[in-house]
Amino acid sequence: MALLDVRDLKVNFTRRGSAPFAAVDGVTFSVEPGQTVGLVGESGCGKSVTSLAIMGLLPKTGVDVTGQVMFDGTDLLRLSDREMRDRRGRDIGMIFQDPLSSLNPVVPIGVQVTEVLERHRNMKGKAAKTEAEGLLKSVGIPDPKRRLSEYPHQLSGGMRQRALIASALACRPRLLIADEPTTALDVTIQAQILALLRRLVEEMGTALIMITHDLGVVAGLCDEVNVLYAGRVVENSDRHRLFADPRHPYTHGLLGSVPRLDSDRGEPLPAIRGSVNDNIPWQAGCAFAPRCENAINHCVEETPTLENDGLRLLRCFNPVVPAEQGAKV
Amino acid sequence: MSGIATQKRDKIDALAATAATDEGGVSLIVDAFRRLARNPVAIVGAAIVLLFVLLAIFAPLIAPKDPTVRYLIDEIRQNTPLPPRPGFPLGTDENGRDLLSRLIVGSRQSLIVGVMATLIGLVAGMIIGGIAGALGGWVDTILMRFTDILLSVPSLLLAISIAALAARPSQWTVIIAVAIVSVPIFARLLRGSMLAQRNTDHVLAARALGVRENTIVFRHMLPNSLSPVIVQATLTLATSIIDAAALSFLGLGDPDPNRAEWGSMLGEGSRVYFDVRPEMAIYPGLAIVIVALGFTLLGESLREALDPKNRR
Repeated sequence: MALLDVRDLKVNFTRRGSAPFAAVDGVTFSVEPGQTVGLVGESGCGKSVTSLAIMGLLPKTGVDVTGQVMFDGTDLLRLSDREMRDRRGRDIGMIFQDPLSSLNPVVPIGVQVTEVLERHRNMKGKAAKTEAEGLLKSVGIPDPKRRLSEYPHQLSGGMRQRALIASALACRPRLLIADEPTTALDVTIQAQILALLRRLVEEMGTALIMITHDLGVVAGLCDEVNVLYAGRVVENSDRHRLFADPRHPYTHGLLGSVPRLDSDRGEPLPAIRGSVNDNIPWQAGCAFAPRCENAINHCVEETPTLENDGLRLLRCFNPVVPAEQGAKV
Repeated sequence: MSGIATQKRDKIDALAATAATDEGGVSLIVDAFRRLARNPVAIVGAAIVLLFVLLAIFAPLIAPKDPTVRYLIDEIRQNTPLPPRPGFPLGTDENGRDLLSRLIVGSRQSLIVGVMATLIGLVAGMIIGGIAGALGGWVDTILMRFTDILLSVPSLLLAISIAALAARPSQWTVIIAVAIVSVPIFARLLRGSMLAQRNTDHVLAARALGVRENTIVFRHMLPNSLSPVIVQATLTLATSIIDAAALSFLGLGDPDPNRAEWGSMLGEGSRVYFDVRPEMAIYPGLAIVIVALGFTLLGESLREALDPKNRR
């Protein structure tokens, strides 16, 4: 059985006086220990909301979460606040996008790492400090003893993200959710952080959910990829198949819009036309249809379902055929 | 809701919002002090404040004469204060007491009232604002409506009403009246910046680590919300001193005639003796203005120094 099994997760934002907005609209996926699963899609497709729903970090009012989030046999959505708080940081860790703003500016790094140890592992004083030092060292922070007493602004961007990873991993959580962990970092640091995450997954058998819009990250890290569009999974396949043989026009468009070294100079970069504002509701057909190159009449008449074709899950009436792809990945 | 209250409330909330963008706390303070030391306005303000505080502390040693003794009472004719003469550089008041000594000792009254009123207002305001900001929801709504009511009354009018309610006016009724006026400002300010902190990434990150709500409030929200409150406290010292002097001016202060107090000296001087000896009103008036100016300059430059937008 999978460590995390998300079934038909729906998150509706309800506001008085306006129609509820479905940020996540029936997402289903699972993660095994030691596996890295990517959630990919552009801004506003529901990636981050999915992760916050799993963590139970969405506001209590104005948000309606339904479905199941089975973690090791228990449904996280049914847990009380107290039970969920005990699990956060201990069983499930999370890393955020902006390492500077995710660290408390007035508290030394050491305190922010030891506070997790105090909270979940009952470590105090010197023992917690020594453990924190070891944690910082294990994520590749040089001179960890000195860093413990330093403030976030005294660290570089990469160091900060490492410190955050250290506190997220302090209790050796079985599941780690990384929400665009490299977006705020420059490219060389990105590579180091990704290598660090890969090492952790391999060494500790942590299950990792990687939320990103960066296909380079997906290619480098994920075993399995879920492509999200307007709150639903539109394509799910393993990494190699996704890059070699994308079938959903949206996936195809995403991959096509990555700059390539072998394309001609002056050749315009292909882009997906329109923006998420052009979506139609899933109830009226395929949400992507207004932006889709492959749209046929049927796309706006019926809602496509997520079908298993034996190699992948695909939600499309008129998928891209392999021959049409042209580009080799 | 009256226009004044809304206006005041919006101003306080705008101030509180600046705290949300704050970066680098403790170092921010070190950094702020460094910038404060380079700012001439801050230095002037700090110098005035320091001089005033030293004067107040050592007043009995500095004052050349005892401010309560009626040295020249025999020479007073028709209650007319005496002009300067050797030993009495500023002359005397209508009771033959040395005016300079009374001015010097009067600084104590202003300092005590200003500091006590600000402290009480700060603590009470921070408790109310802290609870409102930490709990949110209906607790926040009730507490903030209460502060709105206080804010809707012009501050001096409110202080006068409270002081007038006291059965026996004393130094403490003045302190309490002036403190109550500043409570809603501190409360709203802290509440605003705590609410802003609630939505920051680092609070979310702490939640994601399962950190307890208490720890989140006291370690992650409160320390990051303090800088606008610190600035406001400095500015409130100035307004408290002015408000307290105003209450004494109107005769709502300590009735003890021996107590030297700038506000009542100004009152006496301007009402009774302004035609014969205008200095009797001018000197205490100047003293109040200069001290208030010192605290205001210091407070404003502190605000500037703590503003993250001004950081390198």
